[in-house]
Amino acid sequence: MPAHRRIFGLETEFGLHLDAPQGRAITPEEVAGHLFRSVVEWGRSSNVFLPNASRLYIDVGAHPEYATAECDSLTDLIASDKAGERIVHDLIADGERRLADAGIDGTIHLYKNNTDSAGNSYGCHENYLVRRRADFRAFASALLPFLITRQIVTGAGCITRTPDGAHFSFSPRADHMWEGLSSATTRSRPMINTRDEPHANAELYRRMHVIVGDSTMAEPTTLLKVGATDLMLRLMEAHVRLPDVTLANEMQAIRAVAHDMSGRATVELADGRRLTAVDIQQTYLDVVRANVGGVIEATDEVARILDLWDRGIRAVREQNFALVETELDWAIKHRLVTRYRDKLGCGLDDPRLARLELAFHDVSPQRGLYFKLVEQGLVTRVVDDARIARATTQAPQTTRARLRGQFVTAAIESGQDFTVDWVHLKLTGAHQTILLKDPFRTEDARVETLLEHLGG
Amino acid sequence: MPQTHASGQPYEDDAPEPAVAPAKAENTDALDSLLDEIDDSLQVNAEQFVRSFVQKGGQ
Repeated sequence: MPAHRRIFGLETEFGLHLDAPQGRAITPEEVAGHLFRSVVEWGRSSNVFLPNASRLYIDVGAHPEYATAECDSLTDLIASDKAGERIVHDLIADGERRLADAGIDGTIHLYKNNTDSAGNSYGCHENYLVRRRADFRAFASALLPFLITRQIVTGAGCITRTPDGAHFSFSPRADHMWEGLSSATTRSRPMINTRDEPHANAELYRRMHVIVGDSTMAEPTTLLKVGATDLMLRLMEAHVRLPDVTLANEMQAIRAVAHDMSGRATVELADGRRLTAVDIQQTYLDVVRANVGGVIEATDEVARILDLWDRGIRAVREQNFALVETELDWAIKHRLVTRYRDKLGCGLDDPRLARLELAFHDVSPQRGLYFKLVEQGLVTRVVDDARIARATTQAPQTTRARLRGQFVTAAIESGQDFTVDWVHLKLTGAHQTILLKDPFRTEDARVETLLEHLGG
Repeated sequence: MPQTHASGQPYEDDAPEPAVAPAKAENTDALDSLLDEIDDSLQVNAEQFVRSFVQKGGQ
């Protein structure tokens, strides 16, 4: 892998909600079927790759899922991720029409969040390409204390309802994690999935598949979530000595951190010490900072990540959430929920506040509260709308995604049938399958020939 | 969407608590204006709306 280059990807499962008070009972699977009918019409499947090289499909539990194409920059990743919100949203009008034709009047909502009202969870998975190594398990395990404590800066924030009342938490996903490392996903949700599918030359690469993160709405939160994790991986790949903060009990720790907005709850380390998530995150930030200009090239983007990381930790330590209230999801939501609760004069378990949370995660540019906050300048940006709009149709240009994007676009325009996955391209008929094992490669003579054949 | 809401869920059992926060003399800023704007639509059948969002788990 070239120095300082990494492939990133984000996979988001969206919550699907039909608001049809008068309608007959209809299952989420049926709603998803109507929502994806237009996709099936052009793609002959509800599992397709799009002209922007991303993947769109219906996943387990009838969740529409969007997986970004391979990106080698955080800004491309954020643009592609945000483009995904628009792409799934653009299915709604057609889905509602088809539902109406079937006699069901209702409004479809898609939420970029992690739990439904019954407490079922679905995920946002991060992918980081790393060099294959013999000690992958130990390598991945070393990242766990970071992943467990980063929720105090990159968590989505949520109201947690319990039989004893409601409270605000850092992460909706924390309560749904059951082990540290595993190759399973739905059966026993691990924080890092060790399934060995690099979608690249398997002799060289592995994919670090992180499934413990929350879906994030604010672009700066996504920048920090993926950016800080990338910086940690860079240190680990360079064999920089990290502080040993191995946790005694990872499942207890992730829950203890999630439910303590004061930042004072401690977690037990394997060596018997007790530290707060604030302490642990600060330790990691200090090591990263000490390596900027060395292992980590000093760039404006790295400076922005470190500044936000630092303010996020301070916001919790000093209990001054205003330090990040326009940038980090949990602080944006905390402010929103607190202000609305004060306005209504109600308790935190009031359903109107749950309604507010859903509105925040609604991907509709018209209805979604996130978008209204952006309009009012209450949430800051990393990329602009023009770039997101471009990313809905154009693949990232600096990775293999460029080739897939060109191929899918040309094949659709010419009306020819084709088969695509992350590493293969094939036109149906007497054509060879093209295998693209290098995710960094943006040019390929075989693909050029195929594009010429398609009249491109 | 099926109403698979089971009894014993928090919404059903927890009566809203009385107001805990005294009315703060906060300036009407952009966030207040926004909350005023969306207040009506959020209040319509909020409980029924929230409860009807039930899906299976994903990954």
